[in-house]
Amino acid sequence: MPESLGPKVYSWLDERLGLSPILELALKKRVPDHKHSFWYYWGGITLFFFIVMCFTGVLLLLYYRPGDGAYESVQQINTQIKFGWLIRSIHSWSANLMVAAAFVHMFSTFFMKAYRAPREFLWWSGFGLLSLAMVFGFSGYLLPMDDLAYFATKVGLSIPAVMPVVGPWIADLVRGGPDITAYTISRFFALHVVILPALFIPLLLLHLGLVQQHGMSIPESEQQKPEAERKSIPFFPNFVFKDLAVWLVALNVLALLAVAFPWPLGPAADPLAPAPADIHPEWYFMSSFQILKAFGGWFPGVVGEFLGIAFFNAGVVLWALVPLFDPNTKSGQWGRRVTWFGFVVLAVLIVTTIWGYAVLPAVAH
Amino acid sequence: MSENQNTSGSTEQGASSERRTFLKVAACGVGAAWAGMVGYPIYRYIASPVEEAASADVVTEVEVEKGAELPKNAALMFKFGTKPAMLIHHDDDTWSAFLAVCTHLGCTPAYQPEEKRIFCPCHSGVYDAHSGANVAGPPPKPLPQFKVAVADGKVVVSRA
Repeated sequence: MPESLGPKVYSWLDERLGLSPILELALKKRVPDHKHSFWYYWGGITLFFFIVMCFTGVLLLLYYRPGDGAYESVQQINTQIKFGWLIRSIHSWSANLMVAAAFVHMFSTFFMKAYRAPREFLWWSGFGLLSLAMVFGFSGYLLPMDDLAYFATKVGLSIPAVMPVVGPWIADLVRGGPDITAYTISRFFALHVVILPALFIPLLLLHLGLVQQHGMSIPESEQQKPEAERKSIPFFPNFVFKDLAVWLVALNVLALLAVAFPWPLGPAADPLAPAPADIHPEWYFMSSFQILKAFGGWFPGVVGEFLGIAFFNAGVVLWALVPLFDPNTKSGQWGRRVTWFGFVVLAVLIVTTIWGYAVLPAVAH
Repeated sequence: MSENQNTSGSTEQGASSERRTFLKVAACGVGAAWAGMVGYPIYRYIASPVEEAASADVVTEVEVEKGAELPKNAALMFKFGTKPAMLIHHDDDTWSAFLAVCTHLGCTPAYQPEEKRIFCPCHSGVYDAHSGANVAGPPPKPLPQFKVAVADGKVVVSRA
């Protein structure tokens, strides 16, 4: 490889940039190969969708105008600008596919117990990345300022507002006033394109760096095999090419969805109009939305809301702390309990999400 | 015997290197096709305002709003397609219209009624107010002139 660059050019660069150790590492690196290897690709798929979003996001910045003309500018992107509908559709679809891929990645690492020592910080940085991704989704959802965006944000921001004492104060600061206005759009825009990327990218680099440092985790069934029987493939070129092939599949799926189901733009938000009957958040907030609604039904008043939020947050905290109470392979009995906990969490998420969609009234748009 | 083996071995080698070249070319071709498919919509998306401006520039005729109300020895700026243009009503009741883009470095010049000339403040370029000829300063070419038709209280400017 380097020879084709011209040995002189390569050695000139190598002396100044220290390429050899990196190249050596890349050539020496191996990736475990076993019957669960399929799940190794999901982190890469998530990364792919993130890269697509960075590119399409910059393209959208060319025409999007935050503030009072936000809706009109998205309308212009959708109808006037050549292929604007496609760029916007790809941005929205890859956002959804990225969150979906991140969930698959998270649950696969959970059930393969990849969060165990020494990989606790991989779990925590991944947890932080998914949390930021959801704030990305929430803030991006408002930017077109159509009716669904407006009411979903209104409902979403009423959740921190129920926190005692500081809640309303925080919600007002985030909104820039008691109502969702052009100020809110500008704040969410700054969050979406400056603050979140500035937090997300360093955390992502930490996450990727830790994968290089610790290598891929192998599941328990592999760990029990003697080292000589464990199979692996070279990172370069075998795994890289496989990864690229998977990315190509991801790109195809993304392109098909974005073209076959162009992302819609509803009517402009009207603060005086009643909320659409089928108002609901993005699917990845549906579970928490439905849990809050259910608790609100079981325990009327503020008690229900408080219990719903407490239940959900307790689950999230337990989930984040899992490396602490299932630290290593020796934690046998605990290990099985944690696996069951994972099944329960997965079941609750799926059931409440389906439940949430099932109780939505059917409305033709 | 051994010679035979050798030749069959080398043809096999030849076939596999041919296959390798074919695969390389095919992979590059598919890669280029992909890059084109991804790149084409992105290019059109970025170039969208350029295309829009180009289609707006196809304009050949513009009616100057309130042009007929223009007093003598005065000028009125208007838009011809996407670019600024200048309508001048001379003392002798003749009319001139020019593209108001200085041929030096693209500034917008102004009519000076005292000197009865067109002056570009950026680098002190001077044009004749009747013909648009570059008479002083750095402008290398005269200002492009339009035809002016005044009738029924309307001023219509068209490409010459």
